[in-house]
Amino acid sequence: MNLLSINGEQHQLDVPDDMPLLWVLRDVLGLTGTKFGCGIAQCGACTVHLDGEAVRSCVLPVSAVAGKAIVTIEAIAENAVGAKVQQAWLEHEVVQCGYCQSGQIMSATALLQYKPSPSDAEIDAGMAGNICRCGTYTRIRAAIKDIGQA
Amino acid sequence: MDKSRFAVSRRGFLKGSSAALGGLVLSTWLPGFVPRSVAAEATAAGRLGDQSPRAYGAYVRIGHDGLVTVISPKIEMGQGAHTGIAMMVAEELEVPLSAVTIEDAPPDSELYADSLMQFQATGGSTSTRHSWKPLREAGATARLLLIQAAAARWGVDASQCHAKNGEVFGPAEQKLGYGELVDAASELPLPTEVVLKTPEQFTLLGTPARRIDTPNKVNGKAQFTIDLSVPGMLIASTMTCPVYGGTLLSVDDTTAKKVPGVRDVIKLDNAVAVTASNYWACQQGLKALKVEWDLGEHASINSAQIDEALLQASSRDGVVAHSTGDIGKALESAASRFEAVYEQAFLSHSPLEPMTCVAHVRADACELWVGTQVPVFAQQTAAKISGLPADKIIVNNQLIGGAFGRRLDYDFITQAVDVARHVSYPIKLIWSREEDMTHDLYRPQYADRLTAALDADGKPTGWQHRIAGASVLGRYMGSLPENGVDADAVEVAIEPIYELQNLLVNYVREEPKVVPVSWWRGVGPLRSTYALECFIDELAHNAGADPVEFRLSLLAEQPRAQAVLRLAAEKAGWGNTLPAGQGRGVAVSAVFGSYVATVVEMEMLGDKAVRIKRLVSAIDCGLVTNPTSVHAQIEGGTLFGLSASLFNEILIEQGVVQQTNFHNYRQLRINEAPGVEVHIVPSLEAPGGVGETGTALIGPALVNALHAASGTRLRRLPLSRAGYYPA
Repeated sequence: MNLLSINGEQHQLDVPDDMPLLWVLRDVLGLTGTKFGCGIAQCGACTVHLDGEAVRSCVLPVSAVAGKAIVTIEAIAENAVGAKVQQAWLEHEVVQCGYCQSGQIMSATALLQYKPSPSDAEIDAGMAGNICRCGTYTRIRAAIKDIGQA
Repeated sequence: MDKSRFAVSRRGFLKGSSAALGGLVLSTWLPGFVPRSVAAEATAAGRLGDQSPRAYGAYVRIGHDGLVTVISPKIEMGQGAHTGIAMMVAEELEVPLSAVTIEDAPPDSELYADSLMQFQATGGSTSTRHSWKPLREAGATARLLLIQAAAARWGVDASQCHAKNGEVFGPAEQKLGYGELVDAASELPLPTEVVLKTPEQFTLLGTPARRIDTPNKVNGKAQFTIDLSVPGMLIASTMTCPVYGGTLLSVDDTTAKKVPGVRDVIKLDNAVAVTASNYWACQQGLKALKVEWDLGEHASINSAQIDEALLQASSRDGVVAHSTGDIGKALESAASRFEAVYEQAFLSHSPLEPMTCVAHVRADACELWVGTQVPVFAQQTAAKISGLPADKIIVNNQLIGGAFGRRLDYDFITQAVDVARHVSYPIKLIWSREEDMTHDLYRPQYADRLTAALDADGKPTGWQHRIAGASVLGRYMGSLPENGVDADAVEVAIEPIYELQNLLVNYVREEPKVVPVSWWRGVGPLRSTYALECFIDELAHNAGADPVEFRLSLLAEQPRAQAVLRLAAEKAGWGNTLPAGQGRGVAVSAVFGSYVATVVEMEMLGDKAVRIKRLVSAIDCGLVTNPTSVHAQIEGGTLFGLSASLFNEILIEQGVVQQTNFHNYRQLRINEAPGVEVHIVPSLEAPGGVGETGTALIGPALVNALHAASGTRLRRLPLSRAGYYPA
């Protein structure tokens, strides 16, 4: 049994220890906002917060996250920075297909919590783990800068 | 004035009596190529309360609450089609954009076939071009009927009334909401003539309206196919034979069936599927299988052989796709000749949402929930595999997590139905990234050989352009026309923007067969533009001419091409001297009904390290529906093409695709992505396509910039093949 804290709720789950958090979220708990893109921590679509840090849930065994605070896109609006990121994403019309954007927003929120006014280089470093095939990077950068300058 | 007539019967619109459907339903448009009798039959099927798919023989429905539902012939895959189409209807119907919701059209070729492509599909940068007239007509027709209904109620002439913001206003300050008028309006005969707004009357079209699909895409609520769940559903994943064309011999599933959560192991002709309660268990189950394959006839093919075969093919004449003047004579009498071969790689689409499809095959029907660019083909393949008639196949189209042409094919839908027909429960087929990348239908590898006849100034009097590669069109349609020409492959090449007295274009179909080929964002115009714009750049340099001036000197008859080229050059500071080790490259083309030019400014930070300092594009895409979407599509399309031009090629060894995931088929990341500056040329021309234009221009502009910055001329993409990397 693994005891998980997800978006402030406790879940007692009977899943294999090596099952990645991503599939616990998606296929066991039905939290499908966190996406599958590569399964090898290359694309960042599966990014969630673990004790406030952005991590790739597709390679994170569920046994390694017991007792830690997991936050997913479904609850990011409850975080003041997360809500600002969501709003900036809309104002800058960042989104195209939208599939990677849960992960982008989770990474951006973690970055802005750590660096409230990130430089271009810090934005690059903080967001380089998230691939967007639609190529929304120009707008992601602008949206993050906008929050950083507010 | 833009007047339009409709081939539609009196019963072509219908009134819904139920609260759920309630209101006015308009079927105001049918594609021109549909015979009148078929069109009449299609619309006559509509009647009160009819819930059948044919009842959706409509683009616009207005409810008693005044809210508007638009049945969109185009799906949303990130390109903003839903918003653009909603804007077209809202503009003419005089409702706020917020009153409009979009439903995807069901499979129905007679009602929803694209007027340019002649089948029901979202692709080829046709969404705006196709929808511009019929969707505005649908909105305008509804507005006219609502005004007439109000006028009749007030006993005034319709000309004394006008509509605004979802209401009709009368001469004595009367007003009625659309919801109160729909029942009366649906009894009125359809107008035979509808006057559409002129561009200066637009209040919504041409403005940067917010996209309607994005709010749910920033909070995790938007559901893509991979997110769906239907009662009783299990997850399925497949392992398909590593060599295309190979077949499954045997499977030992003893261990796999012991994996917790695994339900069934299903043998298909060329694949094996595992169903389970979750994706992780599916993958563990697949890993535990002992599988024997018959690898088939392609298991000895390598990329080196394909390279060689294409190069040889590019020296053959194949079939003539186009001929003007006499290139033979021109070459004989030329002051000099110049020849170059440009090579482009097999490419994977790799949308971030891998191939996925929910399928439920029952005794009496089959239901699909799937994001597809081709709902009719999805229906047809499901009918074929399940053995059920097409009218028993329900296709529920979904938001798409990236397509780039990949979901114009339906191989994964075929496979999902094939798995589902073996089990009683619905399945959600999810391909792993590795399956997705190694079992794609790839953008063909191409070799373009261009041979120019030059005058004493080094200007071309003409050229021969031989295009060698696998035929996407031939594969997709089953065969090519009798003349053997792949019209997609030669597009743009047969109609270059430059003034040439002599032009011969040969198409040489050379099928490697080792992998299937398909549409990839930019399609034929991408390939042609790459070859042409690299070639013209080489001619300019050989002539000692400025690349922009050289192009302009051949564009006397092309004012729109001139304008975008001049604008991009001006905005990019073309002509301003750059330090050594830096340079600018340019490309210009007419693609998808639009004119586009792109300038890349590059700096060498070492022998092979390149930094793209600026990316500037100018587009004339005619009348603009939503400038924000135009900007976003050029930004994204350009970076999509840049990623492929820098990094991507699919290589084959022993018949097996070698690239498996984003570690060895890498994608552009934010730290490598330059900003993209987009400039729109104001234009009253008919709308052109936008989604693929940026993609088509970036490759040649990049290669030309590399030459300007480093003196090295590359002819083969990607740059990484020659050791270059972004820094």
